Amino acid sequence: MRAPGPDIGLGPEALDRLMPLHLACDARGHVVSVGPTLAKLSGRRRLIGAQVQEILALRRPAAPATVEALRLRAGTLALALATDPAVTFRGLAVPSAGGGLFLNLSFGIGVTEAVRRHSLTVEDFAATDLTVEMLYLVEAKSAVMDELRSLNQRLQGAREAAEERALTDQLTGLRNRRALDLQMKALIGQGMVFGLMHIDLDFFKQVNDTHGHAAGDHVLREVARVLREETRASDLAARVGGDEFVLVFPGLADAARLVRIARRIIARLSRPIDYEGRACRISASIGVTLSAYYDRPEAERMLFDADAALYASKRAGRAQVQLFTRSDGDTDGALAGRDIA
Amino acid sequence: MHGLFNRAIQCFLRDTYGPALWLAVTRRAQLGFEGFETMLTYDPSLTEAVLAAAATELNRPRDTVLEDLGTYLVSHPNVEALRRLLRFGGASFVDFLYSLEDLPDRARLALPELELPALEFADLGEGHFRLRCRGHVRGIGHVVVGLLRAMADDYGALVLLDHAGSDSGGEVVTIDLLDHSHASGRRFHLSADLG
Repeated sequence: MRAPGPDIGLGPEALDRLMPLHLACDARGHVVSVGPTLAKLSGRRRLIGAQVQEILALRRPAAPATVEALRLRAGTLALALATDPAVTFRGLAVPSAGGGLFLNLSFGIGVTEAVRRHSLTVEDFAATDLTVEMLYLVEAKSAVMDELRSLNQRLQGAREAAEERALTDQLTGLRNRRALDLQMKALIGQGMVFGLMHIDLDFFKQVNDTHGHAAGDHVLREVARVLREETRASDLAARVGGDEFVLVFPGLADAARLVRIARRIIARLSRPIDYEGRACRISASIGVTLSAYYDRPEAERMLFDADAALYASKRAGRAQVQLFTRSDGDTDGALAGRDIA
Repeated sequence: MHGLFNRAIQCFLRDTYGPALWLAVTRRAQLGFEGFETMLTYDPSLTEAVLAAAATELNRPRDTVLEDLGTYLVSHPNVEALRRLLRFGGASFVDFLYSLEDLPDRARLALPELELPALEFADLGEGHFRLRCRGHVRGIGHVVVGLLRAMADDYGALVLLDHAGSDSGGEVVTIDLLDHSHASGRRFHLSADLG
């Protein structure tokens, strides 16, 4: 609001400070005044006397910013830099004395792009302009988001590590009982055939009693190494008790091949294991079953049967492998090991 | 205590003196974990324990450690984002000083739960200024001294800074501006891509 009549009497310098993005033209579209920031953006050396459309272009719809076009479009104008259309403005044009126009501009939401492309500084904005505050907020927000993103990544990593620990036997690095149950459930669910091997170490208690628990732990880690080496990456090797292990062989339905693998494991585990110069002697008894033996395989049942075959091996004198089989004529499905050696 | 403060102390110790020193500090302070998270909140006693442990490990007065922390926050490349946010405060060092009172509000725009120390600025005339700081950490004024010294460098201003003790309004920092364009200072572009 102002008193009618007298001129407010602002000189060009005042205009430049108040509105660094202004542009004034005469009735024929010749530029008579340009704010310093708009001048910097346009990159042109001679602006006074140029046509408005050499500096600005209309958007929505795109058209040259002739003085006639500017007059025709009422209200807020959508504009861009004629020389760099990526820099966009919102503008307001008002008629000035003698049929000319006075435009004042501000950056729209594309301000970050304009600032980047033209290296604008704090001095390029009017002191009353909130644009710098907005840039500050954009930057503060992205710093906060970066921190949140990295926190999320660390939490995700910690979660994966915790899940891995929940499925791993800490002493040997093999999988644990929980991982075994999940794996068998998954294979049965997919209807995939698999072989199951239950391993129990022979004479392990004697190693513990004679050489101590540290020696026992060392032996268990050595056993784990052998089991890893004698199985494929897709197989699962789990420690399910003090000196008990279970191997799962997805896709393997060949009993003879499983028996060969078992014999190789027994042979390797029967070699003395060195612990600080002392030889620890163990061997292994193994029971084997195949999912193909069952109309509807169940994890509990298969583990029970492999265990039964294992104890048949133990009874038969240790260091051997037995294949699970139903004893003839036993309708209850009671079990006996069959020595296939 | 907002994790941002604790994390700042951690990054300062780690980036300046190495990961081994930081590990020694966590052990001496009996943290029970290896690092702070910026976006979590911690018991204030942990901050005090870390500062005390750092002073002991470094064999330096606690005040000096705090002042070096303030300098680190503005001058180390790893925390460039903070320097930039502070530079938004104004085009000159004096503008920046005047903007400090707004700093807690500005910070809350980005992180509503962040409580920065309350800063009360006074222009005593002829290039003399006084800043009162009231925060959760005893000795926060020393952090402010280190930070202002680095910011003055950043703007190319020559200043004398002094921690003048405490009064009822908080810790008092005095600022004497000797030359506001002593050196050219570091460039500041509004766009982060340009520095």
